[in-house]
Amino acid sequence: MVAETKREGLAQRPLRRAFETDGEPEGLDEEIHGRHPLDDMLRTDRLPHIWCPGCGLGTALTCFLSALRKSGLDLKKAAVVSGIGCTGRVAGYVKLDSFHTTHGRAIPFATGLKLGNPELAVIVFSGDGDLVTIGGNHFIHAARRNIDLTVICINNFNYGMTGGQVGATTPLGGVTTTSPYGNYEYPFNVSALAASSGAVYVARWTVLHARRLERSMMEALLKPGFSMVEVISPCPTGFGRRHKQREGLDTLRFYRENSIIDHDADLHRADIGLGGPLIEGNFVNIEKPTFLEQRAECLAKALQ
Amino acid sequence: MSDTNQSGPLSGEFFMQGDIACAEGALTAGCRFFGGYPITPATEVAQRMSERLPQVDGMYIQMEDEMASIGAVLGASWAGKKAMTATSGPGFSLMMENLGLGIMLETPCVLVNVQRGGPSTGLPTLTGQGDMMQARWGSHGDYAVIALAPSSPQELFDLTIHAFNLSERYRTPVLVMTDAEVGHMTEKVVIPPPQEIEIVERRKPTVGPEEYLPYHVEAGEWVSPMAVAGEGYHLHVTGLTHDERGYPATNDDSAQWPLVQRLISKIEENREDIIILEEEGDCPLEEVEVVVVSYGIAARTSLWPIQMARKEGINVGLLRLVTVWPFPDDRIRALAGRVKSFVVPEINMGQIVREVERCAAGGAEVFKVSHPGGGIHDPQQVLRVLRRAAGRDAEPGQLRAQGVPSQTLEAS
Repeated sequence: MVAETKREGLAQRPLRRAFETDGEPEGLDEEIHGRHPLDDMLRTDRLPHIWCPGCGLGTALTCFLSALRKSGLDLKKAAVVSGIGCTGRVAGYVKLDSFHTTHGRAIPFATGLKLGNPELAVIVFSGDGDLVTIGGNHFIHAARRNIDLTVICINNFNYGMTGGQVGATTPLGGVTTTSPYGNYEYPFNVSALAASSGAVYVARWTVLHARRLERSMMEALLKPGFSMVEVISPCPTGFGRRHKQREGLDTLRFYRENSIIDHDADLHRADIGLGGPLIEGNFVNIEKPTFLEQRAECLAKALQ
Repeated sequence: MSDTNQSGPLSGEFFMQGDIACAEGALTAGCRFFGGYPITPATEVAQRMSERLPQVDGMYIQMEDEMASIGAVLGASWAGKKAMTATSGPGFSLMMENLGLGIMLETPCVLVNVQRGGPSTGLPTLTGQGDMMQARWGSHGDYAVIALAPSSPQELFDLTIHAFNLSERYRTPVLVMTDAEVGHMTEKVVIPPPQEIEIVERRKPTVGPEEYLPYHVEAGEWVSPMAVAGEGYHLHVTGLTHDERGYPATNDDSAQWPLVQRLISKIEENREDIIILEEEGDCPLEEVEVVVVSYGIAARTSLWPIQMARKEGINVGLLRLVTVWPFPDDRIRALAGRVKSFVVPEINMGQIVREVERCAAGGAEVFKVSHPGGGIHDPQQVLRVLRRAAGRDAEPGQLRAQGVPSQTLEAS
């Protein structure tokens, strides 16, 4: 038996028996990786995740879960809604009430969830293609209404899941599988879009700025109303390798060399070009009654 | 008029528009969330809900489009609310993808389609029944649906409640397929006292979060108890093919088989509970010559030509499909060997008639009575087909001379 087990190799975890101490979730090679401090907030039985080496989603998710823990919000009342795409898979990994919905429609679903039970803290965690391309209309309308949602928008400038296609955030000139001669469409500036649509909290960070990102995520979680954190994130497989950033580390190096932190930046001048600069900061943090507060005030007067 | 300042669910006798009866039925059923978008001829449902929901501690939101409307409805259902939207053809088309999500996640909710003439923008203010096949097949992939077809404002009230009950029992979106004629019709609606109305609530888990599997179905059941957000279950649901934990299982067809099979079986295997038929005739339908198979407003407008045909000595019965989907295969099959023919008036160019043909399987002749939408059937048109179906009328050439469009004469 022992000899047989050894022949099956690492995939069959021949070492587990020697080191096993308790019945930790399957799927984790704990002997190799050890426990992660955020494991209790993850569906560890679903790991390893599907994301590519060098992808920024792991860092963004770590920042998010750390922020959520530090926020003090009741995890039983926190729900994550995702759309479709690489980032859309976040909902499947967090040990919270989590909903993996249709492409572009995470925000409407989240709107129904929040209005159906206002006690919930509802987080929309999705990608740029999902949120501002196919789902752009819902994004601006949820911001306009000031629905109390926290939107985490992972912006990697392309459609990663389908193999790196051009999107509404692809910088001018960006080469993708469907812009082989370079992108000639003007892109959206996600932070400017959110701010001009009425968001009460808008921040943008790269995943290199993990501490600042985590802090902004926590502020966004605690902010009543529509808050949006744009996370600039490497996609070496889909985007980076076509722009001299073969590895995730190359993209992080690019972030380090081209980031400008300016909390007071004029967002309309903070477009993201192919060669930078990446203007980042906590851009917007204003007070404005939420949809539910506006509604309550209106109905209190009308129905008294 | 029914517009009272009463804040709770109504009861009593009202002179009420169909769309408003639909909204009141929803409120009586316990609907406390409406996400919608204005569209003729369904707008009055939204208007009524915007006025009434705040009076009963419910939530109304007008979304930015119909994709968002049904998205919000699904979200609200997963927050524990009974939720509904109402639309017409163009909006129904936009809802198709998220209808599939609702089916896949097994989300109780109600979707009302006040049909109008199509395709495209078509005839916004005029009636149609052209979305019946879209209701069955409009979202991609394989599934089964429940669709009800009210013939009157009273039925819009009653069947909207029934739709909520079915949606909670079978954990699936239920379609109320009415039309502009019924939706905009105003007539007597009787609303019984609340204690006389059966209301079904979704089953809740009886086990704790550690043991709960969101899609584990016990033997003898068709759906699992439904935990919702905020109850501590940390549930995960996905539109991907999933296992009983709710986790994606997309590497092969091992989860696809039991999942898709159950999504279909939970409806198909419960036909006896779901299907409502109304049969009318001078004798049991097995003994008539001609059976009119129809639904919604087309069934109602068939009553007069049926009476005329009877006066002419033709033994005609009516089989009214209150439930259109699932289709009553067994009933049509049973009649097919007994009756001479089926006549299927519907305000489309021939949709449900295909189902009748399929089930009749040559056992009886099937005649369609088509109408492209924009009005109800001319009773004479139906009467002429009834005569022909009974074998008592002139040759087609003579009928054409009377101005009957040729397609209505085709024995399908």
